[in-house]
Amino acid sequence: MNAPAPLQRKPTTVWQMYRSIVGIGAFCALLIVSVYQGTAGRIADNRARFLGNAIEEVLPAAHSTVEVALDANGALVGAAEPADLPAYLAYGDNGELVGAVITARGMGYADNITVLYSYSFELKAIVGHKVLESKETPGLGDKVELEPHFLANFEALDARLNDDGTALANAIVTVKEGEKTEAWQLDGITGATITSDAIGAILNRASGFWLPALERDARDFRPPQSTEE
Amino acid sequence: MGKKQSNSTDEFVKGLWRDNPVFIQMLGLCPALAVSNTAINALAMGAATTFVLVMAGLSVSLLRNFIPREARIVSYICIIATFVTCVDYAIMAISIELHRALGAFIALIVVNCLILGRSEAFASKNRPALAVMDGLGMGAGFTAALFFIGVMREVLGSGTLFGVDLFPGGFQTWTVMVLPSGGFFAMAIWLLLVNRIRQYQAEAEKRAGEQEAAS
Repeated sequence: MNAPAPLQRKPTTVWQMYRSIVGIGAFCALLIVSVYQGTAGRIADNRARFLGNAIEEVLPAAHSTVEVALDANGALVGAAEPADLPAYLAYGDNGELVGAVITARGMGYADNITVLYSYSFELKAIVGHKVLESKETPGLGDKVELEPHFLANFEALDARLNDDGTALANAIVTVKEGEKTEAWQLDGITGATITSDAIGAILNRASGFWLPALERDARDFRPPQSTEE
Repeated sequence: MGKKQSNSTDEFVKGLWRDNPVFIQMLGLCPALAVSNTAINALAMGAATTFVLVMAGLSVSLLRNFIPREARIVSYICIIATFVTCVDYAIMAISIELHRALGAFIALIVVNCLILGRSEAFASKNRPALAVMDGLGMGAGFTAALFFIGVMREVLGSGTLFGVDLFPGGFQTWTVMVLPSGGFFAMAIWLLLVNRIRQYQAEAEKRAGEQEAAS
């Protein structure tokens, strides 16, 4: 046996390693930024269209919307920049206030559920809901988007405030299927208990947060500029 | 094994059957099980993975003499992550709804062992043309496997195919097939079929070999 041959490959220099890692990093950065720049416009359009369709679905009377936010004192102001979970005031064809559209998020069975729902100032009730994002089990948890008797809850789900106007008069809760007796209860879904309970909890928390300020300030709110849909 | 000069068609065909990434190599099973609950999701996931496979294979092959051994994993992962990010933006630009359906699994293409595996095992040692054919073949094999699983799960689990109702007369859907466990059932059934066919093929080849030797 001969002695093992000396290693054929030349040892890698530090320069070669820097060159390849930094070079590839710079190329990748350039590519990502270019693709981001190239698609940003279309992605923003797609998102706006998706949200616009969703708002139209939960509040067909809405013609234009204005995003609102709460300032440090809890007063309603126009949103300076789009929020993660935005809320909107919706105006009809003649500029009259037709309702509010609120996004809210909470834990479901598999992951967070994000819903969009509409509130009618006239009925003091939640009048529509749509699931924006959910990873709930197809065939079970996604029934909150499909089941007719669950969707019937949103004909007018009572969300009136207490006499001080500081909180909901009655907490919105989900009850067992077929046991709904009050207007603020959600008739649940057998087989999707956790998901339908979660919808109740999400609506309750978001309404407790937004509705006192909306009821107090929305009618006097002057939109800075309205966004045509 | 004898080393023979392979041509680009061979590289393409091997991914479809002999070295099918899902049914034979058992690579990339996470998306194969998770995003195959409908036929359309399976196709979209397959297309996205194929694109990343081809682009990463091409880049790694072009740069194979530039990337030193010591820095290869970080370089490959950086290249793969870049193309996955591009695919992510592209899908959002095409359809927000599709992006929502594929969910977190687009980003997870980065850690699909199929792509890093092909970059390391094949693209880093072969010409760009062969690397592209290998990527296309593996991608097609991966897409086909996901599609077969997806069709089985959608038809049995929802009674539909591409969203079209197949049983207007009514069909008791097997909800379990659209649940995560359904992915395992469908995968097992296909594996059973594929392995049975391979067994027949091997036996036929053996018989043919014996006859040749005898004559």
